[in-house]
Amino acid sequence: MPDSYIAGPSVSFAAVTKRYPGGAVAVDDVSLEIAGGAFVALVGSSGSGKSTLLKMINRLIVPSAGVVRIDGADVADGPAYALRRRIGYVFQNIGLFPHMTVGENVAIGLRLAGERDTAARVAALLDLVDLPQAFAARMPDALSGGQRQRVGVARALATAPGLLLLDEPFGALDPVTRDQLGTKVRALHERLGLTTIMVTHDMAEALILADRVLVMDAGRIVADATPQALLAGQGGAVADALVAVPRAQARRLRALEDGA
Amino acid sequence: MSPFLDAMTRVPPLLAAHLLLAAAALALGLAISLPLAIWSARRPGVARVALGFASLAQTIPSLALLALFYPLLLFVSGLVGGGIPALGFLPSLLALTLYALLPILRNGVTGLAGIDPAVIEAADGMGMTAWQKLRLVEAPLVAPVLMAGVRTAAVWTIGAATLSTTVGQPSLGDLIFAGLQTQNWALVLAGCVSAAGLALAVDALLGLIERGIATRRRGRVFGAAAVLVLGILAALAPLAVPRAPTIVIGSKNFSEQYILARVIGHRLERAGYRVEYREGLGSAVIYGALSSGAIDVYVDYAGTLWTNAMRRRDTPARPAMVAAIGNWSARTSGVRLLGALGFENAYAFAMRGDAARAKGIVSLDDLVRAAPGLTLGSDLEFLERPEWAAVQRAYPIRFAATHAYSPTFMYRALESGQADVISAFSSDGRIAAEHLTVLTDPRRAIPGYDAILLLAPKRAKDARLAAALTPLVGRIPVAAMREANYLVDRDRNKVSPEGAARWLERRLGL
Repeated sequence: MPDSYIAGPSVSFAAVTKRYPGGAVAVDDVSLEIAGGAFVALVGSSGSGKSTLLKMINRLIVPSAGVVRIDGADVADGPAYALRRRIGYVFQNIGLFPHMTVGENVAIGLRLAGERDTAARVAALLDLVDLPQAFAARMPDALSGGQRQRVGVARALATAPGLLLLDEPFGALDPVTRDQLGTKVRALHERLGLTTIMVTHDMAEALILADRVLVMDAGRIVADATPQALLAGQGGAVADALVAVPRAQARRLRALEDGA
Repeated sequence: MSPFLDAMTRVPPLLAAHLLLAAAALALGLAISLPLAIWSARRPGVARVALGFASLAQTIPSLALLALFYPLLLFVSGLVGGGIPALGFLPSLLALTLYALLPILRNGVTGLAGIDPAVIEAADGMGMTAWQKLRLVEAPLVAPVLMAGVRTAAVWTIGAATLSTTVGQPSLGDLIFAGLQTQNWALVLAGCVSAAGLALAVDALLGLIERGIATRRRGRVFGAAAVLVLGILAALAPLAVPRAPTIVIGSKNFSEQYILARVIGHRLERAGYRVEYREGLGSAVIYGALSSGAIDVYVDYAGTLWTNAMRRRDTPARPAMVAAIGNWSARTSGVRLLGALGFENAYAFAMRGDAARAKGIVSLDDLVRAAPGLTLGSDLEFLERPEWAAVQRAYPIRFAATHAYSPTFMYRALESGQADVISAFSSDGRIAAEHLTVLTDPRRAIPGYDAILLLAPKRAKDARLAAALTPLVGRIPVAAMREANYLVDRDRNKVSPEGAARWLERRLGL
């Protein structure tokens, strides 16, 4: 159940590379350990390989070389669908099924697992993401963007996965909704004991939500530090350039306030 | 009763046959194109080949597509040692199925390609198997677009099914072809109205299903589907009732053939047989229909079999020719030639009497000289027939232009001056009635065309059947046949082929 505390699994990458036909290298020999229960942000500019790295965990992308493990088990073992049912997945374009009600969307993972009586679970999941239970009967196109992504989060958490993968989850939302939903996801992470890996190009979001920030550039991880360490300038040149943007914005806002 | 209501009484059995044929073609089309659409959506290479093939099939005129299946099935049947019917239901089903493929396939592929990639990513991310993704996500999302394709396919199939008449499959086209040929517009109208009504009704029901799917109303979907299924069951019902043995009488697509088919039918009915008519068969397929048993009896013409089926170029005396054809048909296919009816329906070149006199043309030799300034109007097949080749071998005729018409319109063209010479038929009542001059054939290029009565191999030894039909042998003089033909072909006070047959029977005391 969403309310029960689950110790999220650990995730590891061992010399993982993704090379496309034609020679483009999206992920270049990445090795990495992510502890169970961590909230990790993968930050980088477009084309840095952060989404590719994330999607190799639930096999939406298959590595050219190397091994991805969850709690020590190679994700390549067994059928992909069985792996994916144990992993929550939320992405920028949401992908709610337009022919199903909100309730049916949230319950789809339960239905795939063969469960029949899902109404109570759906109600609890809508509560979890702060949506009225009456929304269960609505069609997705009757919802705002923020409400839809809340449904996306509820759908991802329905089968109580220990691992939550977020691929630019708030990228298409307005700043207020974005902030609310980010805070909500962080709270759910705490409450459910998840291991959460979030891809974002927004360094401020990463710094505020995550325990650990990985900066990617040209398929490699160029910085791996806590938000505090990054802010302290310990992340190297690429990370510094990314941190500089929100820092400069914050400084300008403060100057405006002070000047007022 | 009005002629239209009278014609409508012939509709129900043809409507049932029409519906079954179209439904079977649509079902087969769905069974082929749905998996193909799914495969195509996954592999662009497959999509190119499949859509290319379906489009190609669509560019073939439907009449030609139907006709092409006849030699194709004959060939396949020959490969497997016989047993595959080349006429009737099977070729019609296959041709119509090819027609149904494109709209279903194209809408299926377009619909699948148009699904939001995010939805597919979500389905994969949630852990759906390929089958679950198809069933739970792709199928419901593509259904409205697909149903639009199914509707198009249904309307096309029902429309094109009227053409299956030409390969010996009963359909509403029987009424349209017979009506066009005999200028019985009530019959044409009955066929067209019924076919259009069927198409509209099916389209409306499929439309209900389409909207039911789009608006998630299960009741509407099941209700409309139930009406469709009930319609098909009602059409199937007569097939479930065992029937008395039936003699199927074939006819080609002109008045004389319709009349003679009825004369044969009346005699058989009086002898206690149930009869069915398979009318409007193409000249090229009808002998095949008889030898394969799709029809039991029909009237052909000696010269037609002589030049087309037997590929002979000599022109012996008429009785010798009939005897030789009888030997040939018995030897090669077991078809029995019961006898000649007594008249000839030969290909003849005819001109308006006044024009022929003014130009001094009485024979084909005279025509050679005048032809470069004249236009030939022919029936639809004459220019491709060996008779025309034989005429050209014997007489170096070069016309200024040639146009092909359906027989009725060919006479109109001659009357209006659009054609100067036509390929007429010697038993045609219009020759005498319209004062046409038939040109003589001094070099005997055109063989004899005695009307001959032929029986299918499985009826060849049926003494009762032979006894019922033998009285027709040698009994029909050409003058009587011309008059009967003219009753049907004339422009005013037209008589139905049925009526003309009764008139002929009374006139000859049959």
